[in-house]
Amino acid sequence: MAGKTLYDKLWDAHLVSQQTDGSALIYIDLQLLHEVTSPQAFEGLRLAGRSPWRISGNLATPDHNVPTTSKERTIGVEGIEDPVSRIQVQTLDDNCDEFGVVEFKMNDPRQGIVHVVGPEQGATLPGMTVVCGDSHTSTHGAFGALAHGIGTSEVEHVLATQCLIAKKMKNMLVRVDGALEAGVTAKDVVLAIIGEIGTAGGTGYAIEFGGEVIQNLSMEGRMTVCNMAIEAGARAGMVAVDDTTVEYVKGRPFAPKAEQWQQAVASWKEFVSDDDAVFDHLVVLDGGSIKPQVTWGTSPEMVLPVDAHVPDPAAEPDQGKSQGIERALSYMGLTANQAITDIQLDRVFIGSCTNSRIEDLREAAAVVKGRKVASTLKQALVVPGSGLVKAQAEQEGLDLIFREAGLEWREPGCSMCLAMNADKLGQGEHCASTSNRNFEGRQGFGGRTHLVSPAMAAAAAIEGHFVDVREFMGQS
Amino acid sequence: MQKFIQHKGVVAPLDRANIDTDMIIPKQFLKSIKRSGFGPNLFDELRYLDEGVPDQDCSQRPLNTEFVLNQPRYQGCSILLARENFGCGSSREHAPWALDDFGIRVVIAPSFAEIFFNNCFKNGLLPIVLNEDEVDSLFEEVAAAEGYELRIDLENQQVIKPDGKALGFAIDDFRKHCLLNGLDDIGLTLQQADVIRAYEVKRRKEAPWLFCDK
Repeated sequence: MAGKTLYDKLWDAHLVSQQTDGSALIYIDLQLLHEVTSPQAFEGLRLAGRSPWRISGNLATPDHNVPTTSKERTIGVEGIEDPVSRIQVQTLDDNCDEFGVVEFKMNDPRQGIVHVVGPEQGATLPGMTVVCGDSHTSTHGAFGALAHGIGTSEVEHVLATQCLIAKKMKNMLVRVDGALEAGVTAKDVVLAIIGEIGTAGGTGYAIEFGGEVIQNLSMEGRMTVCNMAIEAGARAGMVAVDDTTVEYVKGRPFAPKAEQWQQAVASWKEFVSDDDAVFDHLVVLDGGSIKPQVTWGTSPEMVLPVDAHVPDPAAEPDQGKSQGIERALSYMGLTANQAITDIQLDRVFIGSCTNSRIEDLREAAAVVKGRKVASTLKQALVVPGSGLVKAQAEQEGLDLIFREAGLEWREPGCSMCLAMNADKLGQGEHCASTSNRNFEGRQGFGGRTHLVSPAMAAAAAIEGHFVDVREFMGQS
Repeated sequence: MQKFIQHKGVVAPLDRANIDTDMIIPKQFLKSIKRSGFGPNLFDELRYLDEGVPDQDCSQRPLNTEFVLNQPRYQGCSILLARENFGCGSSREHAPWALDDFGIRVVIAPSFAEIFFNNCFKNGLLPIVLNEDEVDSLFEEVAAAEGYELRIDLENQQVIKPDGKALGFAIDDFRKHCLLNGLDDIGLTLQQADVIRAYEVKRRKEAPWLFCDK
């Protein structure tokens, strides 16, 4: 019999019951909650007269529409200027208070983007199942966990039963061999993967990311890669547990302690794919040939190396694809065959659950240090992923580097990744963004998003247009 | 949940691949703490020429007359015909809530993004996967005949064309059962409460750290 994949093992460990039609009940170890996709779930519980199954299986923090200016946050939730956002954040507080869910409220130093907070607190652990009403829950798969986004009805289902009705996905292995060049980061790796398999290439699969490049990434880099599994259509992305994983988890507030730690580490080492495991689909990339990536269109699969030119719809034989390219170029205000490095920028955003952790901020700070943001830019924002990331960055003096270079240093939250708060693009504005989606209107009505790594965003902020960060850093 | 047994309705064609959830319902409308009222903002950025804000009277806004749902011949439509990877992007259930609130009961496409697909079933909406050729021919037929209607028979898993020809589609037995009977799956899962408790007892022994208080 063939061995098991990491995903097979996670599935088996959480299987509560299996129905004959293929649907199953799987147990959920951790549910993360935020203000946008939970109010209707709590309301559903109340209307049905149900109580949560296991309160300690939940952790909450507001992130999507919290303001990021310190002025708006000084007096707490009452200070949120947008009344609709204020009600939503207040509703999360009220629901968590009523049901007894642990919540890091807006001005708690531990507040932040759920996908930054869970790992940072050791709430996310190897071998777990993690869900959240947010598609970027795949981030937590970096710990050798089965983690994916769910809808609000499912949030209610997990609150009420601590289980999810699920059907087993297929297994895909994305192997990135070799070593990355200096200046090429986890973000470039995952954008290159999406460019290779397409935005629906992972539909129906749980993707395991492996190979030397992934093994050599830090936990934060692995989180960046898993975060964007959903942009390749896969609800769950994951990386096998190794020493890097265990080292990261050790000593975190919710991580197991004392003799439980030893027991946990021993069990976590099992969460790797067996050597003879069979995957339904295998994709192999050569890490050494990945260059810094920039998206030019309105889907994450519309991505190219920074030294490329945007495509010409006339050169695309498939009529549907050709029309798609034409529509994207029109929305993005680009002309066929234009060099990526000729795209002029209006704003830069460094943040989001993809790239707002301390290593991301260090990477960006190293590029802007001693330099100034281009005078043509309207704004360059740095939004740390959590209060603790912010504090760490300030301790290292990164905030000063950013401020001196002319970037704004903000309070933690999702911010301009989806522009539910005041941080947004104006119509027609181009933004170099370290976030995860370049959909039409995502960062603001008529806004034009280009997805890049923190280093590439920082270099673009200095130059006012895209530039190969490898040349910029004198490393090419 | 509302039952879905049979449905007949006018078909509107949305001829574009990768319709994402930000297009279906833009983020500013996700600030609502309710499940209803999203219909006027369905496809907001495609449907209107201006930028929409929550709680606004949409009847006074300038319409994009080229957008399919604004064309007179598709008024009152309840079946959306779409292209591949429909519903990609976020997990927001506001997307099926907005479709439902607008009056859409069925979406037909060659493929769907998984989370969106799953969310539809929780709200009595039926996403139907047909193959590319079938979808292509439906696009042609809808374009050729004003008021083109399809009949959906969930029991027999068929899309029935005006000429009586039927296209079969696949659906999970469990999802079909829930839709046909309008079942609340939390209630169904809670029937297995003892099985869940037994799992927890076993798991607590194997991995006690998973059950610590926060």
